[in-house]
Amino acid sequence: MFDIEKIRKDFPILKRIIWGDKKLVYFDNAATTQKPSVVINALVDYYENINANIHRGVHKLAEESTIAYENVRLKVRKLLNADSNTEIIFTRNATESLNLLSYTLGESLNEGDEILISEMEHHSNIVPWFILKNRKNISIKFIPITDKYELDYEALSSLVTKKTKIISVTHKSNVLGTVNDIKKISDIAHSAGAVLIVDAAQSVPHMRINFNEMGCDFIVFSAHKMCGPTGVGVLAGKKDLLEKMPPFMGGGEMIRKVTFDDFTVNDLPWKYEAGTPNIADVIAFEKAIDYIQSIGIQNIYDYECELTSYALDSIKQFDFLKLYGPENVKNRAGIITFSNPVVHPHDIATIIDQYGVAIRAGHHCAQPLMKKLGVQATCRASFYFYNTKQEVDIFINALKSAFDYFALGACKDLVSNEPKGAKR
Amino acid sequence: MNQKVLKGNMSVITMTNKSLPQLDELYKEIILEHYRHPHGRIPVEHIHYQADGMNPLCGDEVKLALEVENNKIKRIFIDSHGCSISVASASMLAEILNNKTLDEAKLIYAHFKDMMHGVSLSEEFDIGDLEALEGVKKFPVRIKCALLPWTTFDEALAGHKHIEIS
Repeated sequence: MFDIEKIRKDFPILKRIIWGDKKLVYFDNAATTQKPSVVINALVDYYENINANIHRGVHKLAEESTIAYENVRLKVRKLLNADSNTEIIFTRNATESLNLLSYTLGESLNEGDEILISEMEHHSNIVPWFILKNRKNISIKFIPITDKYELDYEALSSLVTKKTKIISVTHKSNVLGTVNDIKKISDIAHSAGAVLIVDAAQSVPHMRINFNEMGCDFIVFSAHKMCGPTGVGVLAGKKDLLEKMPPFMGGGEMIRKVTFDDFTVNDLPWKYEAGTPNIADVIAFEKAIDYIQSIGIQNIYDYECELTSYALDSIKQFDFLKLYGPENVKNRAGIITFSNPVVHPHDIATIIDQYGVAIRAGHHCAQPLMKKLGVQATCRASFYFYNTKQEVDIFINALKSAFDYFALGACKDLVSNEPKGAKR
Repeated sequence: MNQKVLKGNMSVITMTNKSLPQLDELYKEIILEHYRHPHGRIPVEHIHYQADGMNPLCGDEVKLALEVENNKIKRIFIDSHGCSISVASASMLAEILNNKTLDEAKLIYAHFKDMMHGVSLSEEFDIGDLEALEGVKKFPVRIKCALLPWTTFDEALAGHKHIEIS
């Protein structure tokens, strides 16, 4: 489909050797992805050749950096297939984008209003709403997930009332891989007059996004999960809503005029970009978008489905593992989450790390979901387009060794220490 | 091929992970044995000190309760849910602190903490099975796992959830 060996050469870190002689197998892409040389070089190029503050100076460098920065905004809008009624705001990360929304959009809420979020949310789409709840005396309700690890759309319909002002859900779960039907949720939200926010941190890097077709009002994601630098987040949203919302942070850039008594706010999107932004990383992010688009987002999605399917077939040989996530690979591409009551996820991760395999073990910033699944922690392997089937084989062999260490497999029935946490 | 034998009511199991000596350092037989058959799971009747510990990073949890008589630890209840390192460390705690005075117990904790932080112990001081946890040092992110039961013990003594008896 595409030349994987050529692609891998674009990522210097993939040459790394771990623990003396092990090739790096990086399966923690849902946490952050690796960066291709074009992105790394863009950072150096910016600082070596055009570094200047934007929107301020009249000199040549200021003009160049401003154009380069503003260009990325247009590119992001195109990436999301959004029209000119959509504003693109740069933040530090998806988390900051969500906090911005809870703080500003949340300002219009009144006592007794309700916000719906789902049980599969990352802490970043839970805690900002809890902070708002404490400030505004509103209530937060959780949309449940089904035993097939999908959002319970029927329950969502019955949870929505006239009091529902905001629905904020993930597009793709960082634990289950589940891809939610945003169009469906958007119809339910809008028929009740609620605003829909979508956390797309796990979807934008892996699948085609059409902001207009999805019908949501806001979408947030992070550059670093899609080959871009850390420190850049995006908030894309409907202009008419953003215009009505109060400012978030105050400072330079976000103002039009400041007097001894008051200030007036700047136009969108700068109204929400107080202070000197992360110019270098935003500019380098453009190279990440270009890089991904040169491979083709659909190709990436298809390849990840194939890889996930291969990995799932392999991992099923460990019949003592519990796998979490939808059956259909198309609806969970790229993420495999698993656990076992005998071997703790941290032990598994430590052991396979010795084979050079990097996965995530823990609660994945989704403690409510862990509670729902009845575990304290799980292991998660998450793929990106530079991963290979050979790497999956190394991962599976490393898992074998981990289970050998705990004598799982042949003697699994003899192991007695089943944590009670699994039953809570 | 080096073979290991695990005792207890596990039957004899052979393992063949010799290519990774660092792991053998970490997962010593004695640690796995404590993990599989942890001590201290029987609730105590009279709780004089108690605390709950948690590692927010991984979700590991420890519940600890002490019954103390004449300044001596009579019974220990420690219920830990987490990785092999934290469960084994909790089990060793229950074993080694039994019948120790509170001062002796604190001294053991201090020595154990020193060992985990790379301070070499004087040869006279015996910390029993805990010595097996020294290999954890090479895995800095896991040191917290080994210390969790002990910091919980320390908090219990510090009276965070100290229950007065009438």
